[in-house]
Amino acid sequence: MMLAAGSRSTGVCARLLSALVFLAVAFAPAFAADLLPLTGRVVDQAGMIDAATEALLTSKLEAFEQKSSDQIVVATMNSLGGDTIEDFANRQFRAWGLGQAGENNGILLLVAKDDRKMRIEVGYGLEGTLTDLHSKLIIENTMVPAFRAGDFSGGISRAVDDIILVLEGNAAELEARAERNQDQTAEQIDWAVVLFITIWATLFFGGFLMAILAPIFGRKLGPNRYRWLGMDITIGGGSSGGSRSSGSSSWSSGSSSGGGFSGGGGSSGGGGASGGW
Amino acid sequence: MIASDLSPAFRLPRLGAFVLLLLAPLLSGCGFNTIPTAEEKAKAAWSEVLNQYQRRADLIPNLVETVKGYAAQEREVLEAVVEARAKATQPQIQVTPEQLSDPEAFKAFQEGQAGLTGALSRLLAVVENYPDLKSNQNFLALQAQLEGTENRIAVARRDYIEAVRVYNTSLRTFPSLLWAKFWFTSNEPFANFTVEEDKMEVPKVDFGTKQGG
Repeated sequence: MMLAAGSRSTGVCARLLSALVFLAVAFAPAFAADLLPLTGRVVDQAGMIDAATEALLTSKLEAFEQKSSDQIVVATMNSLGGDTIEDFANRQFRAWGLGQAGENNGILLLVAKDDRKMRIEVGYGLEGTLTDLHSKLIIENTMVPAFRAGDFSGGISRAVDDIILVLEGNAAELEARAERNQDQTAEQIDWAVVLFITIWATLFFGGFLMAILAPIFGRKLGPNRYRWLGMDITIGGGSSGGSRSSGSSSWSSGSSSGGGFSGGGGSSGGGGASGGW
Repeated sequence: MIASDLSPAFRLPRLGAFVLLLLAPLLSGCGFNTIPTAEEKAKAAWSEVLNQYQRRADLIPNLVETVKGYAAQEREVLEAVVEARAKATQPQIQVTPEQLSDPEAFKAFQEGQAGLTGALSRLLAVVENYPDLKSNQNFLALQAQLEGTENRIAVARRDYIEAVRVYNTSLRTFPSLLWAKFWFTSNEPFANFTVEEDKMEVPKVDFGTKQGG
């Protein structure tokens, strides 16, 4: 994120700057625990979830994303290594980019086994639906009792059910959100838009370029008329400034189809709640 | 659309201007945009910090009222919170995005908020002695919100620290340094939260708990 300022601009100098910024990042205080790789919707590093539950959760979460575009990820880890769970969860959430870009509708359910801590980290876009209090209640009333009884799979599974229940509670908003993010599955529409814009841009800027270059390189035929590259070009004719309505191409980065699961580019500002057992 | 009659004499300068026009974006690629971009990002990050601190301040009256209902005898602690809130929210110590390069104003704001953090943690420590209050639904809700807000403050502060680091770096490193020297001469480094100030809050809180509890 911090590299964005450097990498957005082009040129060698900018690259030098971003290299400097990168060095500054590299020497920033090292974080205690390493971030987990995103291997799926259920990342079970600590081995707390049994295989059957994991498969069930994965299919449930996938179905829910199909329906609502909300991305929920369950992760367990061994040790926070001295970090707080709030800090780690937020960094992990942002590293994975859960939720659709711009929508920020991701949720991370993180359990740190050795630290006996859990957290529900809620993306910006869902803070109003799954409030801090909801998250707290799910942790205290659903997860903690099950975890104390040693039933990790059951506790996590029921917590996910609760989260989905809360998110589904706001049905109208859920449908609207799903609709907004519908086109991410239809890749060919994007191609049509790209083709359209390419042709349109070629015509528009090509004409523009002709108007500029013809007087320079072309042969003058008359007032405002030039011959260049075998074409007669009239400048400033009837063409008044056309209205610039560029069809906004909905550019979705997160492709959720297939086996490979990746975050959609959402972010979180630390919403949610944590607890311990 | 474009100037019409062109005598041959004008063609060459026109071509030169056109080439220059094409090169202009490359020039800006060498860091002209870096400083304003980083500055705006830092200002936006600061607005988010203010936003979250304000959110915390807004929660406090409700919290104080709820605690009063169960623990009216803890007047001292409650008053300390109200006082610290008043101090932290007084308009003269608020730091607008334009004042970010003023370290004094930034420090005053920082101290005000740190005082409120300390008073709040003393209050929450005292609350431990009142089981009825702790199980009160309203209090639970407020506590969850307060915890969430404190965490959001931490995230917003971290984002601000990063944004300011990038901005300050851009003012001091080549090549954007050249733009800072010759063009953005009024741009000054922003004040930042330092690790020391961050750490200073923690022992304060710990002593508070021992005295209060």
